[in-house]
Amino acid sequence: MSANLARAMESFVTDTYGRTVWQDMVRAARLDFDSFELLFEYPHTVTEPVLDAAADRLQRTRADLMEDLGTYLVSHPRMVGIRRLLRFGGDDFETFLDSLRELPDRARLVLPDLQLPSLRLKDEGNGAYALDCSKASADLCGVLVGGIRAMADDYGALVTTELKTGPGNACRIEIVVLSSRFTPGRAFELAERST
Amino acid sequence: MTVTLADGMLDLAMPMHLRLDAGGRIVGAGPAMRKTAHTRALVGQVLLDVFAVHRPAGLRTFAQMSARPGRRLVLGFREGRNVEFRGHILDAAGDGAFVLNLTFGLADLPDLGGAGLTAADFAPTDPTVDTLYLLEAKQMAFSEMRRLVERLRGAKSVAEEQAFTDTLTGLRNRRALDQVMAQSRERAEPFALCQVDLDHFKQVNDTHGHAAGDAVLRAVAARLSHSVRAADTVARVGGDEFILILPGMTDEATLARIARRIVTDIEGPVRFEGRDHRVSASIGITVSTDYDDPDPVRMFADADAALYRSKSAGRATHCFHGQPA
Repeated sequence: MSANLARAMESFVTDTYGRTVWQDMVRAARLDFDSFELLFEYPHTVTEPVLDAAADRLQRTRADLMEDLGTYLVSHPRMVGIRRLLRFGGDDFETFLDSLRELPDRARLVLPDLQLPSLRLKDEGNGAYALDCSKASADLCGVLVGGIRAMADDYGALVTTELKTGPGNACRIEIVVLSSRFTPGRAFELAERST
Repeated sequence: MTVTLADGMLDLAMPMHLRLDAGGRIVGAGPAMRKTAHTRALVGQVLLDVFAVHRPAGLRTFAQMSARPGRRLVLGFREGRNVEFRGHILDAAGDGAFVLNLTFGLADLPDLGGAGLTAADFAPTDPTVDTLYLLEAKQMAFSEMRRLVERLRGAKSVAEEQAFTDTLTGLRNRRALDQVMAQSRERAEPFALCQVDLDHFKQVNDTHGHAAGDAVLRAVAARLSHSVRAADTVARVGGDEFILILPGMTDEATLARIARRIVTDIEGPVRFEGRDHRVSASIGITVSTDYDDPDPVRMFADADAALYRSKSAGRATHCFHGQPA
């Protein structure tokens, strides 16, 4: 999973700040290569320094940086594929939230090796939800928060989110949906129409 | 007890169905089917005027179709885009009405017939939406893999281009040799250039095959490497052509001794698949101190000329540039 994070960070930094900024980070992390492969495994000793270097270079806390990464992954035009896959989750934001529980199973249909943390959504009534993530690093929880916020924008929902880290590799994301149709959101069609 | 499905229930359970009377006229259509038909008229039309039967072959009339409920059917719109559907016809409780339940054929699945359907147009039990999800996710995974393969292929060809080793013998190759020559020239270090060409190698190759030839080349490479010092360069630059760069070695008597030892070493038999193979070598030598500026191109040409004098002199010998054989 940390390898995927490093690869995602590379795309995020390259698309947002430019390749030279990414290369600064690679140098700071003393890597002997400058590009991560999504389908390869990398040890923590490689991924950790580059994620630290990224936060350092951009002068963000690691947690803030991870949220930005999550937002990038679902809202950047180059990542439109991920946004589309998430929009398959449902016609409105709350259905989408509920669909997150099947996300690991869906991902495994395509990439059987992919280990996503398990996600459990608790409906606490009045538009309040708690998303429990087990076996998720603090980084991944941050990415999730950024991604969920961006998906709320995509659906046109007005929400607040709060990240609470639990003991070990667990976190809880508290989400309050203030309005599920605050803006029209972005259009989504199941099939990209042929011309 | 019989369960009767109201039209509204049918619409929910199978949104892409058509309701037909006993004569094969469309009397109703599910919401997804109406959306897919778009401007094509459905209700009131004769089914087989709107749809052509693609399979089974030979099925022409509605009577044939309705006579075998449950049979797999493939139909397509006659008008506009030929969207294909598959499905089956169901006998609705024997009162002369039929239900034709359809879904998109595989060719029209990726864009849902171009009809702009949404998840709400499909029953929750219908895996069509999941199939679309899988198609897109698979496409993403596949593109990523293809990019990876492209990058690896690029890296491989760069590595090959930058290689300094002859893969057959493990000796240096032409590129490595050129670099050594250029360095020696730059540093103005004196050196000898020996061009070694095998005699009778072609016969081994032609008579006993390439495997025997390769075994001989590998043996020669090993012997050449043993005949020289660690600081010397041994390269294979053609099929059976080798070049030695001997830094600091300009004394002709010593070079002649080395050349004779190389010829003797190479003449030793090479055992391959129970048979001894024999080759010899002709050598042309030139030394950098013979030149004001040891230009590699000129030195190669001179070594080559000396080599040919060795060949003309009956092979298995060596010649120096600028001296008679």
